Amino acid sequence: MEKVIEFKNVSKTYPNGTQGLKHVNLSIDKGEFVVIVGLSGAGKSTLLRSINRLNEITEGEIVIKGNSITRAKGKRLLRMRRDIGMIFQNFNLVKRSSVLKNVLSGRVGYHSTLRTILGLWPKQDVTLALSALDRVNIKEKAYSRADELSGGQQQRVSIARALAQEATIILADEPVASLDPVTTVQVLDDLKRVNLELGITTVVNLHSVDLAKKYATRIIGIRAGEVVFDGSVDEAVDETFDQIYQRSGKGQGAEANSR
Amino acid sequence: MNLAKRRVAKLKLSLIILFFILLIWSASKQTGVSLVELFSNLSNMGALLAQMFPPDWSYFNYVTSAMLETIRMAVLGTTFGGIVAIPFALFASRNIVKKGWIAIPFRFVMNLIRTIPELLLAALFVPIFGIGFVSGIFALAVFSFGVIAKLAYESIEAIDKGPLEAMTAVGANKLQWIFLGVIPQVVAPYMSYFLYCFEINVRAATILGYVGAGGIGLYLSRTLGFLQYDRVMSIILYTFVVVLIIDGLSNRIREKLI
Repeated sequence: MEKVIEFKNVSKTYPNGTQGLKHVNLSIDKGEFVVIVGLSGAGKSTLLRSINRLNEITEGEIVIKGNSITRAKGKRLLRMRRDIGMIFQNFNLVKRSSVLKNVLSGRVGYHSTLRTILGLWPKQDVTLALSALDRVNIKEKAYSRADELSGGQQQRVSIARALAQEATIILADEPVASLDPVTTVQVLDDLKRVNLELGITTVVNLHSVDLAKKYATRIIGIRAGEVVFDGSVDEAVDETFDQIYQRSGKGQGAEANSR
Repeated sequence: MNLAKRRVAKLKLSLIILFFILLIWSASKQTGVSLVELFSNLSNMGALLAQMFPPDWSYFNYVTSAMLETIRMAVLGTTFGGIVAIPFALFASRNIVKKGWIAIPFRFVMNLIRTIPELLLAALFVPIFGIGFVSGIFALAVFSFGVIAKLAYESIEAIDKGPLEAMTAVGANKLQWIFLGVIPQVVAPYMSYFLYCFEINVRAATILGYVGAGGIGLYLSRTLGFLQYDRVMSIILYTFVVVLIIDGLSNRIREKLI
């Protein structure tokens, strides 16, 4: 299998001395649907956001398809980010802009600055954006303002944005944390379908064990910045989650440390 | 304990009231304001008002071109000031320019300019650009810059940072990040401040003529000087109507923007 994301001894120490990540070594293959689970504050977000360098790491290296993103600078970094779609807990759409404009903003990496800031998107980009919206079943909302949509619909727009990016990797940071149970299933179904149909490598942060078991092909458990479990869904038995969530009692993890 | 606290609070309140009474009393003493004088001279005021009526209606026609010039000054002044304000507002915002020290000089310039009243600006520009509406336009432009830049940078600093993060994640460069992440979020408030400033400028432009900076103020000062109170009254009425119409229109548009 082709390695898409590699963590090589990655650590992150925040300026105040808190260790966000501790010597993480991981390798994620093409087409995997990886769910990262762990307590809040355990380092799930830090791990995910370090992949496209929304967070900087302080030690080690992250390699995307053979190229180090840690050492990438300027245009090269932008180009690498272009290939990585990101879904956020709060959707992060420009609320006052139309849905289509939000999806098209995923195309900025493909055209000149002037063209993009004037909004002169080529016809095939508009077509691409519309078909991305179609894939997540909200094509009819293309010309609505983003803030007229429900939370679940907005999250699907952000998936469409990642598709318009023609991303080969999608990172989703708590994509369903602000959604109700029904839309949660719809959004995760969309992510899963995109993963299967287009072979997009997907890494999702979730804190629900049930959802993780339902959607993941592989589960990574994080506790206090360390990878404490890494295996297939079948290997992840109840004791595994007890260990990740420190339910057995006296483990000292992020929650304990933060007090 | 509680009682003591309440007594302290009461004492505090009485002291504050006493302080303000003292302040007002001493200010009026120093400036020689007296209510007695106001009431004893009420008849003068009545006489003046009597002279103002009926207004010289024919004068409306005569000052229309000056009134239009006043509005033009406000339009151009607001536009120039508003345009220059955009880059300043962006550079003064800490969430746009990550290096904190860059914002400091921009904020300093903005704060400095905002302390100068527009009439003083006009008085400064008249010797530079000569008597006429050009000086007025520059005065209003500088004044608008101060108002709009300040309000705009405050709303830029308050924008949702989510879309900015999303733009970073899709690989946008700084300009794309600003134009697709920041600008769409601040267009509406910016337009609203622009119109608000335009309203202020129309009112301000009516008196700029006093210092020779063009517009209807020139006629106001002239007719006052010649004691032609009927004409003064028609200028006042004219200004009142124009300001009312412009404020109404601008308010209507601003409501639509939000």
